[in-house]
Amino acid sequence: MSHDITHDGVADHHDHDHKPKGFVKRWLMTTNHKDIGTLYLIFAFAMFILGGAMAMIIRLELFQPGLQFVEPDFFNQMTTMHALIMVFGAVMPAFVGLANWMIPMMIGAPDMALPRMNNWSFWILPFAFALLSSTLFMEGGAPAGGWTMYPPLVLQGGHNVAYLVFAVHLMGISSIMGAINVIATIMNMRAPNVGYLNMPLFVWTWLITAFLLIAVMPVLAGAVTMLLTDRYFDTSFFNAAGGGDPVLFQHIFWFFGHPEVYIMILPAFGVVSEIIPTFARKPLFGYVSMVYATAAIAFLSFIVWAHHMFSVGMPLGAELYFMYATMMIAVPTGVKIFNWVATMWKGSMTFETPMLFSLAFVILFTIGGFSGVMMALAPVDLQYHDTYFIVAHFHYVLVTGAVFAIIAGVYYWIPKWSGHMYNERLGKIHFWWSTISVNVLFFPQHFLGLAGMPRRIPDYSTQFAEFNMWSSIGGFAFGLAQVFFIYIVWKTVRGGEKATGQVWEGAKGLEWTVPSPAPHHTFEDFGPVDLDKMAHGKTH
Amino acid sequence: MQREQENRKVLKIGLTVAVLMVGFGFALVPLYDIICDITGLNGKTGVLAAQDVRETAVDHTVVVQFDGTVNSDLPWSFRPKQFSMEVVPGKLYHTEYIAKNISTDDVTGQAVPSVAPNEASIYFSKTECFCFTEQLLASGEEKNMPVTFIVSADIPKDIDVLTLSYTFFNKNRMTTAEKQQAGNANHEKI
Repeated sequence: MSHDITHDGVADHHDHDHKPKGFVKRWLMTTNHKDIGTLYLIFAFAMFILGGAMAMIIRLELFQPGLQFVEPDFFNQMTTMHALIMVFGAVMPAFVGLANWMIPMMIGAPDMALPRMNNWSFWILPFAFALLSSTLFMEGGAPAGGWTMYPPLVLQGGHNVAYLVFAVHLMGISSIMGAINVIATIMNMRAPNVGYLNMPLFVWTWLITAFLLIAVMPVLAGAVTMLLTDRYFDTSFFNAAGGGDPVLFQHIFWFFGHPEVYIMILPAFGVVSEIIPTFARKPLFGYVSMVYATAAIAFLSFIVWAHHMFSVGMPLGAELYFMYATMMIAVPTGVKIFNWVATMWKGSMTFETPMLFSLAFVILFTIGGFSGVMMALAPVDLQYHDTYFIVAHFHYVLVTGAVFAIIAGVYYWIPKWSGHMYNERLGKIHFWWSTISVNVLFFPQHFLGLAGMPRRIPDYSTQFAEFNMWSSIGGFAFGLAQVFFIYIVWKTVRGGEKATGQVWEGAKGLEWTVPSPAPHHTFEDFGPVDLDKMAHGKTH
Repeated sequence: MQREQENRKVLKIGLTVAVLMVGFGFALVPLYDIICDITGLNGKTGVLAAQDVRETAVDHTVVVQFDGTVNSDLPWSFRPKQFSMEVVPGKLYHTEYIAKNISTDDVTGQAVPSVAPNEASIYFSKTECFCFTEQLLASGEEKNMPVTFIVSADIPKDIDVLTLSYTFFNKNRMTTAEKQQAGNANHEKI
């Protein structure tokens, strides 16, 4: 490896910055963190469209009461596959893509710590989802027992179980390798003068997320392995006739599942913590408290899992414990919301598209957080359980939370990736279109749930008809808005106003010290960086 | 290079933790059983201890309700002979369930007991039960299935009703190959 190195850590000749030639060498065999980041983001986007198409089928069927378009079993396949694809195929890989692109540039590292493993962890994913999606074309169809894979139901659906289990194994391997890579990069690859408390919050939240991934993805792998052996090798982990217990699966699954929801939201916290200070033109309020709050949320996520299963029949003491422990999560989360608001307080705010999505994130994620606190209450949760109230809750935190943060991050960093500014007018149209439609889509579902409409059912009582129609209209509009987003991204990558290296007036961080588009290799000399360029760099 | 060694170290530690966490997932299985045994969660019944039996009368009684269901895979009918019984804690009682195989095949079943409420389950123990062994019923055969049980004299006074429930499962679980064959056969018929 012989590269010309300049003192600001950037290979300065753009005309030949050592990109490998040819599709196979450039993409299939790549070990470059920026290329792998791009691959992750494209893959996540493709899965987002696939999972979104399934959501459209679900909303189409629910547009009116009665069965119009699909068979109930196919409807259940759609709800199951939509969730699996969105969780493991869209949201998680999108954040890994952002991590790949941004973490090395944010800490002054030349690349990820383990570049070849990085390639491997990406290229496993298409195979995992080919395996999972192939079940759609099989006799008996795709898994239809819900993404939570509760036995015995999930074991009664034919041989898609085996495909589901192996797909989950592959996703798990991919995530674990990605997480180890993130940890090694952050711990070992920082520029020599960048300390832990100089790191941008996006790096911090990802470090903590990576620890969560290593801790819980293997537990999920174990749980689905038990499903596999129960189905094919006559073990009785979850089979009551053989002395097992189906409720045990729920405990193991949610021991993974609750940290999993923070795996999907902590990096989102990181993204908006980068964006809000930029457009408020003020340093992030309470940086250290943000780090501690993130760590506290991660710790608490391990000890609250049974709040997903209040209705299985727990002793009063356990219900009380899980209820109070869950409500405690609102404290560090509240610290974060407070800090974001305080960052904006008396700031010189402007409202470019990334900022708009981040503001919507803060407000709408908080709505999702509030409904979460409502469900933490064990006695009322018995009413909310398995209703559309739950559906509304987790879509507020995942769509207007995680997905909005990803969209905000794409608008924020795409000038750095592509070298072009996106069209601000189209971005604003995309924002208002998405934000209005997503609320039309999910807000009525709160009322549907409170009135008793169960989730995962293709038909419903006529009393729910109007809210469902609104919800479906909002759903179609939101889906269309994301097709519009593809157009905006496509247009930006192809051309547009040239972006400067700094891109945003108020932006701080090492990623803004390199030119746009970011050269193929950056920060190659492992040398010290200018701490004044970092948001949290100055040591007073 | 030193950095490379450090990266490898993180990789090794990370992979070790991942493997250990797979083990932790499996360790949750026995852990769950132990916790259920100790606390009586999940309606697992208690083990008879010496202090449970008492000659002298205890001054309160408990109503024990009996419930029986069959899993949908099992072509049997199954019900308790009597639906409830008022018992004195510390004394042995005897009751029966009636099971009948209503299919044309011989079928082996396995009953799984459960006691509600959870807090009561550790005070309930069975000294004789059809659920201890697998039960074979020939086609059309009907059989009385005895249970001998005792409610511990230590049972708290605020528990005055408890329910003993059995679910009968089909023990002739078809192997995967057989299921496949059955599925194919069905398919051919159509």
